[in-house]
Amino acid sequence: MINLYLAAEEGATEHNPIIPIWQEIVVGSVAFAVLCFVLIKFVFPQMEKTFQARVEAIEGGIKRAEAAQAEANELLEQYRTQLAEARTEAARIRDEARADAEGIRQDVLGKAREESDRIIAAGNEQLATQRESILRELRSEVGTLAVDLAGKIVGEALADEARTRGTVERFIADLDTAGTTGGRR
Amino acid sequence: MVIGQSTVLAAAFPPSVEDFYLPSILPWGEHDNYWFTKVTLLIWVAVAAIIIFFLVSYRKPKLVPTKKQWIAESAYGFVRNNIAVEMIGPAGVRFAPYLTTLFLFILVNNFFGIVPLIQMSPMSHIAFPAVLAVISYVMFIYVGMRHHGPLKYFKHALIPPAPWFILPLLIPIEFFSNFLVRPFSLAVRLFANMFAGHMLLLVFTLGGFAMINANVLLAPISLLSWVLTVALTLLEFLVICLQAYVFTVLTASYVQGALADEH
Repeated sequence: MINLYLAAEEGATEHNPIIPIWQEIVVGSVAFAVLCFVLIKFVFPQMEKTFQARVEAIEGGIKRAEAAQAEANELLEQYRTQLAEARTEAARIRDEARADAEGIRQDVLGKAREESDRIIAAGNEQLATQRESILRELRSEVGTLAVDLAGKIVGEALADEARTRGTVERFIADLDTAGTTGGRR
Repeated sequence: MVIGQSTVLAAAFPPSVEDFYLPSILPWGEHDNYWFTKVTLLIWVAVAAIIIFFLVSYRKPKLVPTKKQWIAESAYGFVRNNIAVEMIGPAGVRFAPYLTTLFLFILVNNFFGIVPLIQMSPMSHIAFPAVLAVISYVMFIYVGMRHHGPLKYFKHALIPPAPWFILPLLIPIEFFSNFLVRPFSLAVRLFANMFAGHMLLLVFTLGGFAMINANVLLAPISLLSWVLTVALTLLEFLVICLQAYVFTVLTASYVQGALADEH
């Protein structure tokens, strides 16, 4: 055992841990170079690409959502303007209808008034004609009556036709004037 | 039988530097032949494992990732966003692939240090951290020279904005810290951590055997020693992740310094 211990002690002088072994430097360099080559060339660029794709996917999603939101807002705005337009249109139509109704009313009223005026005028005219004819009848009747009456009263027939007529005419004229003055009174 | 086994194991106590230099696998058992040893095998295993995992899990990338794809993306996304972009700024995305490769390479190789039955990190051989440190060193100088132009870059890196009479003192200091110490500190920090971690595990494991071997009455202390080994393995896990992170962050920070427009 002591021998082994001594052997180990002797061995300690063989290697200095601070001095690199050149074979190991070669192996380490080559191995590390291989590792670097593979990872840097094939793996990490892929990862960067994936990261980028992921960022784009997320940003694209956000962008799409924003676009959809904008479109929805635009549609809403559009509907609102349309609604406002429809409202003003409806108001305009209502006003027009009201104006129309008023016009029609005035029209009908005017016509009715005209009709009534016409009817009244016709009635008046008829009345006037009737009065005229009645007056004429009355005149002749009154003449005859008066003549009859006068004949009876005087007791003699008035021979002279012409004189009779003249007398009657005069009498009626007198009656007329008396009637008009009496009417005025 | 237990005693026999422990005798064999205890033979190696106390652990020495030689425990880090294992005999060659091909040709079998030969010493001082380093082309194919456990350590170089592990390097290849790490490289193969990382490549296979990433190629398989990222063969058909989808927008909505599968679990494997998610893990692969998280590894890259972590270095890309939390190291490259955080340290260098938006221009850091350019460096994210290299930084991620660096991070994964160190992490997996470190991790071999606590995998049961392997328990040997290639990073405890300074050759591997040294290679990585040299790459970082060359990279940040190259990046700086391409960004500013060679002359302007060295002027920018060496001459801090200070009164002229301090410059004779500051320029050598800047040169020393920026161009001499950086690669060594990078390499040695990682190497020493892994080396010390492995050494600690060896001490506590083998120490347990050594004590139970020396005196059976010391068995409880051996047990304590082994429990501590487990605890140290957990601590080692922290160191593994931290060192991989630190190496990557420092590389990113050097690149950032080279790209910066003012001090």
